[in-house]
Amino acid sequence: MTDVAIVGAGPAGTRAAEVLVRAGLRPVVIDEAPDSGGRIYQRPPRGFTRTDKTLYGFEAAKARALHAAFDALRPHIEFRPETLVWNIRQNILFTSHAGDMGEVPFGHALLCTGATDRIVPLPGWTLPGVTSLGGSQIALKAQGCAIGHRVAFVGTGPLLWLVAYQYARAGATVAAVVDTTAFTTKLRAMPGLLRGGATFAKGFYYVGWLRAHGVPIIEGATPLAILGSEAVDGLRIRTSGSEQQIACDAVALGWGLKPETQLADLAGVPFAFNAAQRAFLPQQDASGATANPSIFLAGDGARIAGADVAELAGARGAWAIVAARGLAVDHGEVTRLDAALARHGAFRSALDAAFPFPARLAATMPDETILCRCESVTAGELRATARAGTTLPAAEVNRAKALSRIGMGRCQGRLCSPPAAEVLAAALACPLESVGRLRGQPPVKPIPIMPRSPGSAP
Amino acid sequence: MKLKRLAETARPVIAFVLDGQPASALAGDTLLTAILANSDHVRRSEFDGGNRAGFCWMGACQDCWVTVEGAGRQRACTTYIAADMRIVRS
Repeated sequence: MTDVAIVGAGPAGTRAAEVLVRAGLRPVVIDEAPDSGGRIYQRPPRGFTRTDKTLYGFEAAKARALHAAFDALRPHIEFRPETLVWNIRQNILFTSHAGDMGEVPFGHALLCTGATDRIVPLPGWTLPGVTSLGGSQIALKAQGCAIGHRVAFVGTGPLLWLVAYQYARAGATVAAVVDTTAFTTKLRAMPGLLRGGATFAKGFYYVGWLRAHGVPIIEGATPLAILGSEAVDGLRIRTSGSEQQIACDAVALGWGLKPETQLADLAGVPFAFNAAQRAFLPQQDASGATANPSIFLAGDGARIAGADVAELAGARGAWAIVAARGLAVDHGEVTRLDAALARHGAFRSALDAAFPFPARLAATMPDETILCRCESVTAGELRATARAGTTLPAAEVNRAKALSRIGMGRCQGRLCSPPAAEVLAAALACPLESVGRLRGQPPVKPIPIMPRSPGSAP
Repeated sequence: MKLKRLAETARPVIAFVLDGQPASALAGDTLLTAILANSDHVRRSEFDGGNRAGFCWMGACQDCWVTVEGAGRQRACTTYIAADMRIVRS
């Protein structure tokens, strides 16, 4: 049996491994990617030549430090790259690597599963040329490509401005940055944002740079549709009563991030509704401990708070595991981590207020909008499940899933669950929390299934 | 959609086959990049028949699966291209 398993080798997983090794343990570290770094500090494939400064900008020193920390740990950990954890049950991680299935029994596990983009589907969002905001950033960072020749960025949050800036700096044409948050909303959150110090200043820099370079910036806008039949040829938006069309051949969409909570769910960690992030999130204490004594959580996979907090939370969660195993804890270090995490909490609340999820945009999407892109289920089909006259109308999302297949596709509701909950709650005229959340199901991502004779090699 | 290569263009060229036609990519391309540098889509939706070209680029949305001869179904955004790979789109 493995003493401690870490799922995810991003900022949280790396700093956690560091603490565990220091405490004399040899953790198993599992990641789907071929290398460490997670998404934010994703390392480019071998043979790529851009500098850290070009790839990570202001965060280059942090990226370098994190990569160096992981490389130094390699002899002291068991690293399993390109490995998916697709289920977790009774202290066993079920893995899939290059078609081979495996099991990793563990004493304690720290889940550092990271995040994906939070999306509001728009009519036309399944067209080739539309990607998530994070996806558009990966295209540039890890593949050296822009997602198109004239790219529009639509959504809200710090990542919107960062990626638009990175595209423009790399020589791409940015057709427009369309922010669904009004300038006045951000202004109201200003006092809290100032607590962010350098983080806040960087955001300001990106916006200023884009303006200075003539990139059209539209705030407080309502995106109506992505246009085109076989591929993107434009974007229609509404601003203060009038509609306009933006010519573009690619669109990146993103309204902040949502945690990858599937494994925490399968491990039986209880969830609670978080009003600020408009989502059910796994419950944890300040150290990352959960109601399951074997399971600890850290980083964006538990709460969206960014890479700096993930590094702190990873280390903190690891110390909690060290304590749970009865090993010596550096209490001074734990006090320092707790204080740093508390300071970041205040800034996070201000960010949530400054860049709210456009719940109304999601709730009022046209009936014909494809809500579930896996199985092409429309918003109208979901609304129909809530209608009186339906046999056992859906009062919560799992019933709606059974009736409409929303969230039943290959992505397991990763993309559609936040907007689907908004649509269903509006159709039922009830608060968002009362429609509940989709229960997690293994496998959390597709795994190969192949027929095999008894005794034969896989 | 066609991707626009902005950087890292000095990598070695790799020949592969897309739906029976010769195509070329660069070493270090994912299948998603390799396909979208040559074509406008990676698959067709089994449910609405529309063209798709992936979405998340990070192994989350599962909207870029293709078939690689000899290797079965592969997620294009998390699989790297190799010389003479034969990719078949649905």
